[in-house]
Amino acid sequence: MSSQIPEENLPAAQDTAHGAVGVADEKNPFADPGLPPHEHRRQDIDERAAKRSERTVALLFTVSMLATIGFIAAFVAIPVDKIVYIFPFGHVSALNFALGVTLGVSLFTIGAGAVHWARTLMSDEELTDERHAIEAEPEVRAKVMDDFRQGAKESQLGRRKLIRNTMFGALAVVPLSGVVLLRELGPLPEDKLRHTLWSKGKLLINQNTGEPMRPSDIVTGSLTFAKPEGLEEHDHDFNNEIAKAALMLVRIQPEDIKDKRTMEWGHEGILAYSKICTHVGCPISLYEQQTHHVLCPCHQSTFDLSDGAKVIFGPAGHALPQLRIGVNDEGYLEALSDFEEPVGPAFWERG
Amino acid sequence: MKKLSARRRHPAAALVVLLLALACTGGLYAVFAPADKAQADETAQSLTIEEGKKLYAVGCASCHGTGGQGTSDGPSLVGVGAAAVDFQVGTGRMPAATSQGAQIPRKKPVYTQAEIDALAAYVASLGAGPAIPAESQYSPEGADIAKGGELFRNNCAQCHNFTGKGGALTHGKYAPNLEDVDPKHIYEAMLTGPQNMPSFPDSTLSEQNKKDIIAYLDEVNSQDTENPGGLELGGLGPVSEGLFGWIFGLGGLIAVAVWVAARTAKAKKS
Repeated sequence: MSSQIPEENLPAAQDTAHGAVGVADEKNPFADPGLPPHEHRRQDIDERAAKRSERTVALLFTVSMLATIGFIAAFVAIPVDKIVYIFPFGHVSALNFALGVTLGVSLFTIGAGAVHWARTLMSDEELTDERHAIEAEPEVRAKVMDDFRQGAKESQLGRRKLIRNTMFGALAVVPLSGVVLLRELGPLPEDKLRHTLWSKGKLLINQNTGEPMRPSDIVTGSLTFAKPEGLEEHDHDFNNEIAKAALMLVRIQPEDIKDKRTMEWGHEGILAYSKICTHVGCPISLYEQQTHHVLCPCHQSTFDLSDGAKVIFGPAGHALPQLRIGVNDEGYLEALSDFEEPVGPAFWERG
Repeated sequence: MKKLSARRRHPAAALVVLLLALACTGGLYAVFAPADKAQADETAQSLTIEEGKKLYAVGCASCHGTGGQGTSDGPSLVGVGAAAVDFQVGTGRMPAATSQGAQIPRKKPVYTQAEIDALAAYVASLGAGPAIPAESQYSPEGADIAKGGELFRNNCAQCHNFTGKGGALTHGKYAPNLEDVDPKHIYEAMLTGPQNMPSFPDSTLSEQNKKDIIAYLDEVNSQDTENPGGLELGGLGPVSEGLFGWIFGLGGLIAVAVWVAARTAKAKKS
């Protein structure tokens, strides 16, 4: 290969005739054009310009030092809760702002000084450095292969089949210990995903006031969030339980309800639906009271609450589960059963 | 009787009768005067309603019907209450343009507060509904901001964003930004549920709850909100912040690198 490269493009030839440009001809249509002729910078010729560059670089480095001192001074001097108005950022923390600006300036000026130094004062002559071959010498390769064959023969692996087979067996079985350890990642889910805290007779508690509700409290077009009776916010499993039991209550004029079962499971047009999206379980309560649509903010799944919360748009696969509600002897809204189907996103045993 | 009759020609009789008549008139006046005053109040009220009815006939009747019964262009106003009128007209949403898009936007109010009060009085006279709240009901003074934040995140944040910056809904509808909205209008919006917003009546979100929510918004979403981080980029959360970092942060670095490499340091510019 090397014999085909034109002599004048080799580094040795280039050094003697720096700036010579290869010319394509019939014999060699893709001649390497080589490096362009080296041009001098003002700083290479003019010592005063070089001095100016030196001072600029030194100034940038000095500014960096001052900014670092400013950073330390700001950290010591400015109280952590001081708020100042700075356009266009608004009412910001004086300490955050001072630390950010001083650290930014000190890092930027180190970089800017280094770049200016490299561009104006360090040598800018381009060099060519040829790679050496990746392949090893033939003698070295032959030696390595001989050593390997010798080792394989001496281990008697090919001759003693019993050792070979049991070794493969041991290697195949050993990962099982890791698989068994996975069992201890946590208790099995069992049927927790199928049940919530709702059950027959549980009162619907208004999450804002913590009080049970009467049907007259829920007016048409309103939106209310309810939790099951007995679940309090300071309970240690509150988050686990409300994640399944969260409920939204709306009231729709009975003549606007399109689905018979929806109407029957509600009370005088008051409908109770799970607040957990059936796609990936985001809390979903972007309720439009004129269209009766609920929109999920995560992936825009849209459900029609007047029609059994059927999916009318988006990736959700199931309608939102509806809770059967009624009124107890004292006139408060209560659940008549748990949700009939698992709430929230689908899981593989759900079918 | 005879005695009285005998003295009717007494020289002092005329004087006595005159005094009696004066006393009677004075007494009667004292008895009927409060009733007259009440009647005057009622007259003032009915004058306001009358005034509102005139404004209504000019500005609202073409869509909402001559008696507020609603038409195909606008809903019935019977029973919406004064609070709904004060909100819709006070935030400039009403009167709406004849062909609005998906949602009627907030704009500069067309009517003065006195005219709005007259309209509200007229609409309230059509059917009972929520009244305009008093300042003590919506003023953020003395409310629990932390509780307000909790209530806001549970009831409002799904549409209006966690600090009330607003957000998108379906088909071009949106929940508006709540920055520097008059506390009265926030209160009325919760009470009446304008357009597609559900209502949060006092029976499920108490007066004190509403006050707490208003105080929370006053704290986190107004011109004077303290924001230690600064440059909140719309307050929309990590997605917009990440996008800003990628586009302007990384873009800035690339631009500087290109600028450094493109400028030659050679004495002879080519």
